[in-house]
Amino acid sequence: MWRFIAGRLLQAIPVILAVITVTFFLVRVAPGGPFDSEKAVIPEVKAALEAQYRLDLPLGQQYFAYLQDLARGELGPSFKYPGRSVNELIAAGLPATAELGAYALLVAVVLGGLAGVVASLKPNSAQDYIPMSVAMIGICMPTFLLGPLLVLLFGIHLEWLPVAGWGDIPGDKILPSLTLGAAYAAYIARLSRAGMLEVMSQDYIRTARAKGLPEWQVVTRHALRGGLIPVVAFLGPAFAGLLAGSFVVETIFQIPGLGRFYVQAAFNRDYTMILGTTVFLSTLIVLFNLLSDILAAWLNPRLRAQYGEA
Amino acid sequence: MTSANLTDVVQAEQGTSLWKDAWRRLRKNRLALFGLAVLSVFIVVALLTPWIAPYAYDAQNLDLGASPPSAAHWLGTDIFGRDLLTQILYGGRISLAVGFVATAVALVIGVTWGAVAGYVGGRVDAVMMRLVDILYALPFMIFIVLLMVVFGRNLLLLFLAIGAVEWLTMARIMRGQVQSLRQQEFVEAAVSLGLSPATIVRRHLVPNALGPIIVYTTLTIPSVMLLEAFLSFLGLGVQPPATSWGLLISYGAETMEEYPWLLIFPGAALTLTLFALNFLGDGLRDALDVRGSGD
Amino acid sequence: MHRIVRVVSLALVAAFLGGCSAGESNVAQGNREGILHFGNGSEPQGLDPHVVTGVPESKIIDALFEGLTRKNPWTLEPEPGAAASWEFSEDRRVITFHMQPEGRWSNGDPVTAHDFVWSWRRALDPAMGNLYAYMLYPVENAEAYATGKIDDPALVGVRALDDMTLEVTLNAPTPYFLQLMDHYSSYAVHRETIERFGKATDRFTRWTRVGNIVTNGPFQLQNWQLNRRIVVERNPHYWDNDAVRLNGIVFYPTENIVSEERMFRVHQLHYTNDVPLNKIPAYRKMADTPFVEAPYLGTYFYLLNTERPPLDDVRVRKALSLAVDREALTRNVLYGSNNPAYAITPPGTLGYQPPQLFAFDPEEARRLLAEAGYPGGDGWPGLELIYNTSESHRKIAVALQQMWKDALNITVTLSNQEWKVYLDSVSQMNFQVARRGWIGDYVDPNNFLDLYITDGGNNNTGFSDPVYDELILQRAPRAATQEARFALFHEAETRLMEQMPILPIYTYASKHLVHPSVKGLPPNLMDFVNVKYIHLEDVPLTEFELE
Repeated sequence: MWRFIAGRLLQAIPVILAVITVTFFLVRVAPGGPFDSEKAVIPEVKAALEAQYRLDLPLGQQYFAYLQDLARGELGPSFKYPGRSVNELIAAGLPATAELGAYALLVAVVLGGLAGVVASLKPNSAQDYIPMSVAMIGICMPTFLLGPLLVLLFGIHLEWLPVAGWGDIPGDKILPSLTLGAAYAAYIARLSRAGMLEVMSQDYIRTARAKGLPEWQVVTRHALRGGLIPVVAFLGPAFAGLLAGSFVVETIFQIPGLGRFYVQAAFNRDYTMILGTTVFLSTLIVLFNLLSDILAAWLNPRLRAQYGEA
Repeated sequence: MTSANLTDVVQAEQGTSLWKDAWRRLRKNRLALFGLAVLSVFIVVALLTPWIAPYAYDAQNLDLGASPPSAAHWLGTDIFGRDLLTQILYGGRISLAVGFVATAVALVIGVTWGAVAGYVGGRVDAVMMRLVDILYALPFMIFIVLLMVVFGRNLLLLFLAIGAVEWLTMARIMRGQVQSLRQQEFVEAAVSLGLSPATIVRRHLVPNALGPIIVYTTLTIPSVMLLEAFLSFLGLGVQPPATSWGLLISYGAETMEEYPWLLIFPGAALTLTLFALNFLGDGLRDALDVRGSGD
Repeated sequence: MHRIVRVVSLALVAAFLGGCSAGESNVAQGNREGILHFGNGSEPQGLDPHVVTGVPESKIIDALFEGLTRKNPWTLEPEPGAAASWEFSEDRRVITFHMQPEGRWSNGDPVTAHDFVWSWRRALDPAMGNLYAYMLYPVENAEAYATGKIDDPALVGVRALDDMTLEVTLNAPTPYFLQLMDHYSSYAVHRETIERFGKATDRFTRWTRVGNIVTNGPFQLQNWQLNRRIVVERNPHYWDNDAVRLNGIVFYPTENIVSEERMFRVHQLHYTNDVPLNKIPAYRKMADTPFVEAPYLGTYFYLLNTERPPLDDVRVRKALSLAVDREALTRNVLYGSNNPAYAITPPGTLGYQPPQLFAFDPEEARRLLAEAGYPGGDGWPGLELIYNTSESHRKIAVALQQMWKDALNITVTLSNQEWKVYLDSVSQMNFQVARRGWIGDYVDPNNFLDLYITDGGNNNTGFSDPVYDELILQRAPRAATQEARFALFHEAETRLMEQMPILPIYTYASKHLVHPSVKGLPPNLMDFVNVKYIHLEDVPLTEFELE
C-alpha cells in the first residue's frame, strides 16, 4: 500500500509540471492581456508595466523564471491586485472555501448517501421514488437558481437566516453549504442507489443473506462497501471541483473565498493568479483522486491485494 | 400476448442476445416506457417546431413586455414580449441536441478510456489516468476561449468542448467499475477460457459496469444542458435571438421575483426531461442487469 | 451506522448554528454608532492612488486621502481640501495653491507643498506605469516626462515655493483643471512611508496595508479583509475633523448586484452600488422609495467600423442609427431610467448642449439604405454586432437587432464575447459593430470629443476628419471664452454626428438604493460621494415591501 501511495505521489510531479506548462502557454496565447482596459493604455505606460512583471523577457525565459520561483514556493505578484502576492491571495481565500467545501460535502454525503441507500433497499416503491425524485430536482436545480431561491425563502420571507456573508452573522453558513451541497447530494444519491442495486444482486450478498444475517447487517457489513465504489470514484474529482463550483455560491452569498479568485483570474487574464490557482487546484486533484483510489481499494479487498503487490 | 410469447421463444431459440433480452424486459417496465414516450414526444416536437410553434421565435412586442400566461400566449411572454412557449420549443431543439450529442461524445470517450485503463492496469492505467488528472486541472475557461479563437464559434465545437470535460468523470467511474469486476469469478473464468481481452471487456465488463454508467449518463445530460448556458456566456454556444433551455432558465432566475413564469416553464421542461431520462435509465439498468433479479 | 449518522448530523448543526442569536442589523447598529455600511461593487485592486484605476477604488481612496480640492456633492464646485485657497495668474496658466495651515497626515506629520511635488512626480514617473498619469497632462512638461521624452522631473510644472505654497504651471489655460485636483491620480502620498517599504515606483510593496498606510483624508484605514470588507475610521489628525460626522465606513465588495439588493432589503447595507434593472419598477412604486437615480456623465453607444463594408458607406451608418427607436428602448427595456442619446456628449455638461441632428425615422432610414444599394434589405451582406457578456448589453442588442429587422428588413447577428476578448476585438478594430460606453473623467465636453481625433487611442472606428482634429486640438483650447469654446465643440460634434462613426443609444444614469437614515449623500452628475457631508439619522427601520 505505501509503495502504491509513494508511486502515485511520484507520478504527481510530471502531472503538475504538465499542467503548469500547458497553462502557462495557454494563457499567453489567449486573446487580451492583463493590462487591457476599456480605456486605451498609453504605450509607454504599458511598457513600464510589462517591465515590472517581467513580461518584456522572451517567453521561454519567463517560463523558466516562473519555474524557479515556483521551486522556492513563490507564485509571484498578482496582476489584478498589485501589492498582493498570489500566495497571499490563495491563503486569504482558502479558509472560507475549504470550510464551505467541507460542509457542502458533508451535506452531500450524508443526505445523498442516505437517500441513495434507503432508496436502493426497496426499489420501485415509495421509499425509492420519493428520495429519488427530490434528488432529481436537486440535479435540475443549478446552484445559481437554488441559492437565490433559498435566500428568498429563508432570508427574505421567513427572515430566519442571513442573506449573505460568511462568519459575520450567526447562521450565515447554512444556506451556502446547503446550496453547494445539494447538487452533489443529488449525484451521490443517484450513484449510490445504482451502486447498491448492482451489489445487492451479487453472489456474495446472496450468500450473506442465505447465512441468515439480518438485512441491515447485510447492508452495512457487506453491501455498502461495494455499493459505494462509484460514489467514491465520483468524490475525488468532485471535491477538487468544489473549488471551481463554489464560485457561484461564493458570489451569491458574498463569501470571501478562493472560487471567486479562481474564476476572476481567468476573466482578468491575471497570469500569475491563473497559474497559481491552477497549480494549487492540480495538486488538490492529484491528492483527492489518489485518496479516492485508496478508499476504493479499501472498499474492495481484491483491489487492495493488487495494490499490495504493485 | 401470444405473439410476444412467440417472439420470446423464437429469440430464445436463436440464442437471445443481450440487447434483445434487455428490450424484452424494458417493455415490462411501465415507468421506463413512460420515460421513453416523453423523450420521444420531446424529440418529435423538437423536429416539428418550425411548423408547430405559435409565433416566430424572434417576434418582439416591446410595448407588451413581460406578461403572464394568457389566451394569446399560453405560457406568457418575456421582457421583449416574445412568446415563451415558442422560445421553449426552439430552445428545446438546441438543448436536446447538445444534451444528447455532447453526452454521447463523453460516453464513448469516457467508457472506452476507463475500460481500457481499468482492464489493462499497470503502467498503461497510470499514464491514462494521469492524463485525466491533467485535463481536470487545466483552466477550463481559458481553454474554451482559446478554442473559440482558433476555430470560431460553431455548434460542433460546442459538442466537443462539453464532451471534452464531461468524459473525465465518466472515465474514472468506468475504470473503478472495471477494476472491481475484473477479479470476479466470471471474468477470471472468461480469461481462462482464452477469450480475447477485447471480447472480455465488451461482453463481460462493459455490460456489468453499465448500471452506474447509465445513471451517470442520465445525470450528465441535464448538467450538459446547463453547461451550455455557461458556455454561452463565454461566447460559445447559441447567440440571441436563438435560445436554449439553459439560457431561458438562467435569464428566468434573474427575474424570478418579478416574472416567475419565465423560470417555472423552462425549468419544468428541463425537469420533465430529466425525470423521463432517469426512469428510462433505471429501466435500462434493470433490463441490462444480466444477473439481476429484475426488480 | 445510525450512531455515526446521528453524531455527524449533530456536529453539522452545531457547526452551522454556532451560538445562534438574533443579532441587530448592520443598519440599526450603524445608525446608533455613526458607521455607514456601503455597498462598493467590488474588491479594490489596491489603495495606492497612483496604481489603481477603478471606481470602487476611488470611493475608498476619497475617504482615506484628500487632494488639493474636494468637490461639493450638490454643486460639484471645488471646495478647499489639502489646499485652503488658490489663485490663478492673469493668463490663467499658473495656479498658486496655499496649503491648509492645520493639514496633517494620519501620523501627525504636516501635509506640505513638497508632498504634492514629490507625489506628482511619482504619479508621472514612467517606471510607475500609472494608467491615469494622463490626468496630469495639462501640467507643463508632464506628458513629456511621463512618456520618457525628458528625464528631469524638475522640469515638470509643479514647484513648492515654500512648505505651504504650491505653484502649478499649465501648458495652456485649462478650464477643468481644478476638477482634476480631486481625482486620485493627483493625490499626495506619504513619502517616508512609501520609501520605508520599497522604491517609490514599486507597485508591489506593502505600504498600503493596515498599520503601514499613512493618509491625509477624513478617515484612516482600520481593517482590510480581502473580498470581505474594508473598514475606515475617523482620522483625528484631519484638519477638518470637526466637520466630519461619520465615525467610520464599512465598504463591502458587493460584486453580485442581485445579492446586494437583498442585503439592502434586510438592512445589511445603507447604500448599494447599483440596482438590478428588473427591480426598478417595484422600487419606483414604493412610498418613500429608497431608490435614487440621477443622470450620470456617460454615454452608451455602438462603434461603427467605418473601414469595413457595408459600414464604410455613411448612408448605411445613418440608416442603422435612424432605425433605432431609442424612446421605446429606454422606456421598455431600461425601465425609463436612462435618457435617449443622439450625440456623444451627455446633455447639460456644464451647460453645453450637444447637437441633435436626427430622430427615430424608419422612412428616412429605408430611403438611405436603398440609396446605399440595399433597397428593402435586398443584397444585404449581413452585419455582426459584438458586445461583452452582460445581461443589459444583451437586452439592448436583442431589441436593436429586431428594430433593424422590422424597419430595414436586414439581419444583424449578435455575438457576445468574454470581456478581455471583447477588449481585444475593439482595440484591434476586429469588428463591424461593437458596444461601447464612455464615462467622463471630468465634467467637460472635451473629455468626450477628444476620443474621435484621428488615430486617438480610444477612437476605434477609423473616423478621421482634419477639420474635426483642428477644432478639438487647436481652436477650442485657444478660445477666449467658455461660450466660444462650446461653440467650437458644437461645430465639431455636428461634424462627428453627420459622419456617424458611432451610434449613440442612451446617456447613463446612476442608480442606488439609499437607506432613509442616510443624509448628505445627494445624487449628482459624477456619481460623486463626499464622505465629509454624510451623516446618519436614527430613523425607525421599516420593511421594504416589494409588491
